[in-house]
Amino acid sequence: MSRYTDFAPTRGFTGRARAADRDPRLPPGQYDARDGWPVLSAEVTPQLTAADWTFRVDGLVTTPHTWTWDEAHALPASEYRGDIHCVTSWSKFGVRFGGVSLDAFLAAAGPLPGATHVVAYSHTGYTTNLPLADVTGGKAWIVWEYEEGPLPAEHGGPARLIVPHLYFWKSAKWVAGLRLLDHDEPGFWEQNGYHHRGDPWAEERYSGD
Amino acid sequence: MTDALPTSEGFVPPSRFAVPGRIAVSNRAAATWQRATVLEIRAETPAVSTFRLKVPEWQGHLPGQHLMLRLTAEDGYVAQRHYSIASAPDGSGEIELTLDHVPGGEVSGHLHTVARVGDTVEVRGPLSGFFAWPGDRPALLLGAGSGVVPLMSMVRHHRAAGLDLPLRLVVSARTRQDLIYAAEYAEETTAVLTRTEGRLNAAHLAPFLGADGQPEGGWEAYVCGSNGFAEHASRLLVAGGQPVDRIRIERFG
Repeated sequence: MSRYTDFAPTRGFTGRARAADRDPRLPPGQYDARDGWPVLSAEVTPQLTAADWTFRVDGLVTTPHTWTWDEAHALPASEYRGDIHCVTSWSKFGVRFGGVSLDAFLAAAGPLPGATHVVAYSHTGYTTNLPLADVTGGKAWIVWEYEEGPLPAEHGGPARLIVPHLYFWKSAKWVAGLRLLDHDEPGFWEQNGYHHRGDPWAEERYSGD
Repeated sequence: MTDALPTSEGFVPPSRFAVPGRIAVSNRAAATWQRATVLEIRAETPAVSTFRLKVPEWQGHLPGQHLMLRLTAEDGYVAQRHYSIASAPDGSGEIELTLDHVPGGEVSGHLHTVARVGDTVEVRGPLSGFFAWPGDRPALLLGAGSGVVPLMSMVRHHRAAGLDLPLRLVVSARTRQDLIYAAEYAEETTAVLTRTEGRLNAAHLAPFLGADGQPEGGWEAYVCGSNGFAEHASRLLVAGGQPVDRIRIERFG
């Protein structure tokens, strides 16, 4: 949590949503974006087709491997239904993403015992760091469907990583691969002042939170 | 193992698109809430006002950075939003934010309709080193609506610091009446009034792109506005030859 010492009510501020009827799905400091799905990429949206898309797992693994679009789709289908939370303070409830569990890719590559962290990177060059434990055990997916259609390009299509229990900047758009490391290595936003882990329920927004 | 282990320099993804941050961010400033006092509220357009805040512990910022502003109700309920800083860094311990009055907006609605001089709010920041412009490279700035706010901080800094490196601002608004900071623009600015002349297009950017329009070393391009504007403007830049790794985008989600 952020450090602050005194409670400072703002004159006349009552808030649109009262604390008492706050949706329990909403982490602290977040609001419900309802039908909206803001786009917050810092880079130009790439013109990346499914035929151009590949996904690689390498680094501290026994078998580095690159999947094409068709090879990735041949893995067992998996989906996430639930909520997502952006550090810029919006949350979105009850969304569906379809794709493949990251566990399926990692099982094929075989993480070595020394692997503790990953850097997820995008076809744009975007990077973000994650503890390996945050992307294994059914907690992360590579997805190409949003609701019942293809994932839109501005939201990371043709395919993105989703790690829904962390702030959404961890869910790298246009994901290109995952490198397994024996140490933590800050990615793009983490180098720009954001928290290394990003748990919405602990409000791990900025470095130092 | 067929792959080389990661080096101590860190992993660099195999892509030409990667855009590095411009500055390191102070962890302490980013993590600490500070009380700020409203010193002045002035209307910029019918729907947009500027709020001047006294932040006694403000550590300074660079043009393009933003902060998080928090309002707290008597019962402890809080609402917080990110806002770009509009003012140039001047060491005064005062900063300005320029806010759209978003219909139904919980925070902007309060600030526009309830807040008055002397009220306090809380802020933390400055945040993010990515969209910052230290004033070290020629800058081509494209903004629409309140997306011009962080860009105006750059223009004001350019003037206040007496910088002579090239800086150009292309700002898009529906009408003259909707143009934020209209009275402050000078020859560095091209205003595109979309209701009368249509959407920003390649011809508006042509004078700044290509061999003739480029300053030595090329532009660092900064794009700020709605996602629709950011998508459109960044594609125009790429089509005009601006390298993708020299385009920084801030989208107002």
